[in-house]
Amino acid sequence: MLKIEHISKTFNPRTVNEKKALSDLSLSLEDGEFVTVIGSNGAGKSTLLNAIAGTWPLDEGKIIIDGTDITSLPDYKRAKFIGRVFQDPLMGTAADMWIEENMALALRRGQKRTLAQGITSAQREQFRVLLKDLDLQLEERLSTKAGLLSGGQRQALTLLMASMNHPQLLLLDEHTAALDPRTAKKVLTITDKLVRENNLTTLMITHNMQDAIDYGDRLIMMNDGMIILDIKGEEKKNTTREELISRFNDLSEEKLNSDNLLLTS
Amino acid sequence: MNLLNLFSRFPTALAQGLIYGIMALGVYITFRILKISDLTVDGSFATGGAAAVMAIIAGASPIVALLLAFITGLLCGAVTALLNSRLKIPTVLASILVQLALYSVNLKIQKGSALIAVSVDRYNLLISSRNLTKSNLTGLLLTAVIIAILYWFFGTETGCAIRATGNNQAMARANGINPAVSRFIGLSMANGLVGFAGGLLAQFQGFTDVSMGRGAIVIGLAAIIIGEVLHSILIPRNFSFMLRLIFVIVGGIIYYMVMVIILWMHIDSNDLKLFTALIVAAFFAAGNLKNKGGFSNAED
Repeated sequence: MLKIEHISKTFNPRTVNEKKALSDLSLSLEDGEFVTVIGSNGAGKSTLLNAIAGTWPLDEGKIIIDGTDITSLPDYKRAKFIGRVFQDPLMGTAADMWIEENMALALRRGQKRTLAQGITSAQREQFRVLLKDLDLQLEERLSTKAGLLSGGQRQALTLLMASMNHPQLLLLDEHTAALDPRTAKKVLTITDKLVRENNLTTLMITHNMQDAIDYGDRLIMMNDGMIILDIKGEEKKNTTREELISRFNDLSEEKLNSDNLLLTS
Repeated sequence: MNLLNLFSRFPTALAQGLIYGIMALGVYITFRILKISDLTVDGSFATGGAAAVMAIIAGASPIVALLLAFITGLLCGAVTALLNSRLKIPTVLASILVQLALYSVNLKIQKGSALIAVSVDRYNLLISSRNLTKSNLTGLLLTAVIIAILYWFFGTETGCAIRATGNNQAMARANGINPAVSRFIGLSMANGLVGFAGGLLAQFQGFTDVSMGRGAIVIGLAAIIIGEVLHSILIPRNFSFMLRLIFVIVGGIIYYMVMVIILWMHIDSNDLKLFTALIVAAFFAAGNLKNKGGFSNAED
């Protein structure tokens, strides 16, 4: 499904602010796999998602989705394969446009936009059914501007838009980080439901270790632009926050030591 | 100061308001829908006038002349969009460059003369200041058709994509919309309308002048902002797209009514541009004070 081969990215190369954000990272996702991503600030989690989404070109490496090499495609062309939800609830929807207009725009993702009317009554019915499933009473507010919704409602709507035409890959960049704990929980529940129902291959960044353990079928931990831990199945299910933290300390220590070794040898 | 004298000038103001209102609809596409500042307008307005007049003198019908004015205006906008997307020049600067270049282009179209007359006595014109009733009816009809087309277009898949681009570029990109394409279509359409209005004005006043676009962008902005302030006062509960477009035209008409009153008060016509700037500033401020938060792109 998703194949990432030896990608690297350095920001501000050859300046004092040089930052190697991704370093020779490889990752492969199975069809329908739901992967959670954790790591400290600056570990390269968001950089990894942006690399896949095509926010900027890579320095090295290849990204392949469903057999198609997308490495050289700009972000708006990759949107054909990828649904995205951002950390900022304001970024995923057009605030001055109605709920149904936002959804209609998302429905055309990856297809040609013609001079046909933006929304048909059949689509409106489809939107109503999808919104009803969210259980946020949005189905009666199709012609409400997205900007009038709360942060949680906007994230839920963005999730729906990102998943509705079955993208090959769903990218969630700490999409609950800006929400209060109760709303965050609700949005996560909706996320899990949408991912499972549509069998979506998903990469979800979270800063909450417990969420990373509770959701998804595979967990990867990043540090310094690399994947330092990759667990799935029983091993992931039975792990705890404490264990993850101690493994993180061990693994980053190990790396530190090997670096030292390199420097001294 | 004779009131009758004032009223007798209103039909002319109405005609001018309708013509500049059509131009302002073009400005609305870039300024309000795409949320970019496009100054191509000052050049493409005169380009439309030049194209229309030269076509009429060459024997074209006034309708064909207007279509030509539309197409030449459209090309001006397309050049601005391409300078922006291909050469990565910011839209404001790209539009200023095109505006500057158009002064020479317009002189070329007018075969070197700054002013070319097209008298209603010699040529068949669609509208003329000599027949105000016909001009106003034609103006109203054209305005209605243009508003209907814009209303339809911005409800289509392509039109919605352009609105989304102006509203939230990150969202547009994430949903597979290429912002460069949106800006290309929007800038072309906008300047097409501006050129069309230039072709109308040239027929109405019976001549075209290479500098007739000077300050056109300000009049366009004035029409938009006056319209928005009136809209929020008169129909505060309904902000449908159709009403927004209608109020752009209303804004254009009110602007020319105010101008007529200023002239009627025997204010030196040399001071007119000063008053235009003051009116725009005053309505802008009124809108901002009313909304508290201010217009979305007031900081530009």
